[in-house]
Amino acid sequence: MTDQAYNFAYLDEQTKRMIRRAILKGVAVPGYQVPFASREMPMPYGWGTGGVQVSAACLTPDDTLKVIDQGADDTTNAVSIRKFFEKTAEVAVTEKTSEASVIQTRHRIPEEPLTEDQILVYQVPIPEPLRFLEPSEVETRKMHSLEEYGLMYVKLYEDISRHGEIATAYAYPVKVEDRYVMDPSPIPKFDNPKMESAALQLFGAGREQRIYAVPPYTKVVSLDFEDHPFDPSKAPHPCALCGAEDSYLDEVITDDRGGRMFVCSDTDFCAGRRAAGFTGEMTNTRPAPVDTEAMA
Amino acid sequence: MITVEKLTKTFTLHNQEAAVIPVIEGAGFSVAPGECVALTGESGAGKSTVMRILYGNYLAQGGVVRIGDVDITQAEPREILRLRRETLGYVSQFLRVVPRVPTLDVVSEPLLNVGWSEADAKARASDLLERLRIPERLWSLSPTTFSGGEQQRVNIARGFAHRYPALLLDEPTASLDATNRETVLSLIEEAKAGGTAIVGIFHDLDARSRVADREVDVSAFTPKAA
Amino acid sequence: MTPLLNVRDLTKAYGGRIGCADVSFSLYPGEVLGIVGESGSGKSTLLNCLAGHLPPDTGEVIFDTRADGPRDVLQMSEPERRMLGRTDWAFVHQNPRDGLRMRVSAGGNVGERLMAVGARHYGEIREQALDWLDRVEIAGERVDDRPAAFSGGMQQRLQIARNLVTGPRLIFMDEPTGGLDVSVQARLLDLLRGLVRQMGLSAIVVTHDLAVVRLLADRLMVMKDGHVIETGLTDQVLDDPQAPYTQLLVSSVLQV
Repeated sequence: MTDQAYNFAYLDEQTKRMIRRAILKGVAVPGYQVPFASREMPMPYGWGTGGVQVSAACLTPDDTLKVIDQGADDTTNAVSIRKFFEKTAEVAVTEKTSEASVIQTRHRIPEEPLTEDQILVYQVPIPEPLRFLEPSEVETRKMHSLEEYGLMYVKLYEDISRHGEIATAYAYPVKVEDRYVMDPSPIPKFDNPKMESAALQLFGAGREQRIYAVPPYTKVVSLDFEDHPFDPSKAPHPCALCGAEDSYLDEVITDDRGGRMFVCSDTDFCAGRRAAGFTGEMTNTRPAPVDTEAMA
Repeated sequence: MITVEKLTKTFTLHNQEAAVIPVIEGAGFSVAPGECVALTGESGAGKSTVMRILYGNYLAQGGVVRIGDVDITQAEPREILRLRRETLGYVSQFLRVVPRVPTLDVVSEPLLNVGWSEADAKARASDLLERLRIPERLWSLSPTTFSGGEQQRVNIARGFAHRYPALLLDEPTASLDATNRETVLSLIEEAKAGGTAIVGIFHDLDARSRVADREVDVSAFTPKAA
Repeated sequence: MTPLLNVRDLTKAYGGRIGCADVSFSLYPGEVLGIVGESGSGKSTLLNCLAGHLPPDTGEVIFDTRADGPRDVLQMSEPERRMLGRTDWAFVHQNPRDGLRMRVSAGGNVGERLMAVGARHYGEIREQALDWLDRVEIAGERVDDRPAAFSGGMQQRLQIARNLVTGPRLIFMDEPTGGLDVSVQARLLDLLRGLVRQMGLSAIVVTHDLAVVRLLADRLMVMKDGHVIETGLTDQVLDDPQAPYTQLLVSSVLQV
């Protein structure tokens, strides 16, 4: 089969129009989960089918695509999605955040601030933040429409009563533009403040058939209690490779005797810093980028 | 304080071929504040029935029963409830309470219902229980486990806790020993002195003659063609 | 005095079968109304229509709201009705599993209504939860346990705490003591009586247990085949029942 056998970006034009209508509705009602007719994609659910469909509907031939998984460009998931669009849309690809016009991501927001010219596409496993406590979709939709969000706080209450603090460290619920409570996908809570961004952020959940959006410069507030305010903390270490103090870190086990190191999860950010001459405590002993594929 | 006119009561037993049993016909009497009227008549003459109608426990088929300014036969349930809370007390022979509620709470409840503070109500309840010789170690237990005589005295303490303007007494001295009987009689005398209008059934003739100012023979109201 | 609840000609049919028909009554502040009848008599249908869980076919349910005075609940918008359902109203289910979140701690269960009406201070929410656990006689040390670890009686008391924490004025109870041991029932009844008095609550209690209504209800409504066939003071209806069915019902109770 030749590459020309695929329509641009794999999906047919009518399907992409359907998805774009859902995206536009999502942009018009920030944080609201728009149902859409999710298609079967040539990859299993859980591998980013929702994000891929949203990316397919957004891509134009002039776009430059970056795909990250847990912050890394070179993991299986990121590599195969990047190759998928290279083949079906023949778009340019990059690992550099600043060069990309469309970034599909799983579980991270790039450290480098995004611009108005960029679209960030999230892969979402479970779009419904209330699902943890309310199994009925009919009921959760009603709760969203009536803005009944007490239950969301019950979840945070349970966290504090059990752990002494809000222990939710990823997929930390947010309220968008003072209206809808939204699941930000399983990004670390460290990334939550970055959601107030200049870039358009789109969220696709393939299996659950939902699309939602946070338009540029939208207010995004992480839920909390007055006496237990939201804390976007991270591991209290600098990156072992580039020395960054303010980036989100992965913990890497280096041997079976308890040895470990902390390195930037955003590989492009880390590589950029090292290229600019920044060093960390392990730079000399282990200069090569961490093999994050082994952690996936 | 209490006025009964042309009172009629029948029971219709629907499940026994709708048998209609007339029990009271044309009853009439009245009780002034501070007065005690004893209902007399042989067993089955309808003394208890009259008492129950006065309390709103039985429905009258005709006539007027006025307690204060409320006609029991016409009143809405909530008017009767208010009457029972504020105006009309009833000491029956049987104690009917929620199991497991401590005796002290049983006795102080009528006071809480009319707005007494918890402390004042408990103090008054303690006084009464003491006078009626209920040992203090029993106060925290439910009266459902008490002997018949003790239950009777708890019932009396409860009935006399709030100073009702009208009081119905169904055999208040039955099954009491001499000392406790004396206490109950003095409680009745105190209530009378305080202006309470009392209707009572006393099988204890000495007690009746001591506290009752008048007697009303209920058999006069028993339908002849029963 | 304005009735807290004024029900007029409430009717609900399931197809050709009557659920309840032409039910009218008033409930005043502080009153406890018992509704008795056998299974299928329409008492649960009536309760669910009153509480907004079922839409009746015709009729009015006028509630004396705090803000706007008497209003027909059936004409309210859904958000208003749901707001009422978690502020001024409470509903105690027969099965605690229907009224509790079984996977949420006791404290979280009690706190939910507070958070639903905007409480955002963890310490205060927890303090109120502990206070309410104490009021329903659940040890404070159980505050972080899930209801699944509680006995049936404790679950029911937790359900009551969860419902009363926002200080409602009207509480609907569907067989609140059903399925509990007799000794546990007594404790629960005593608790309910105390709360009703302390909080000035009005309550509508549906049950088939005449002993329960005698101890709990001021007034009684007897239902049969969807119709109210007798009403009155609880002790009067039980001691001097007028309708044939009520006489049968009362005389059928086994004496202990």
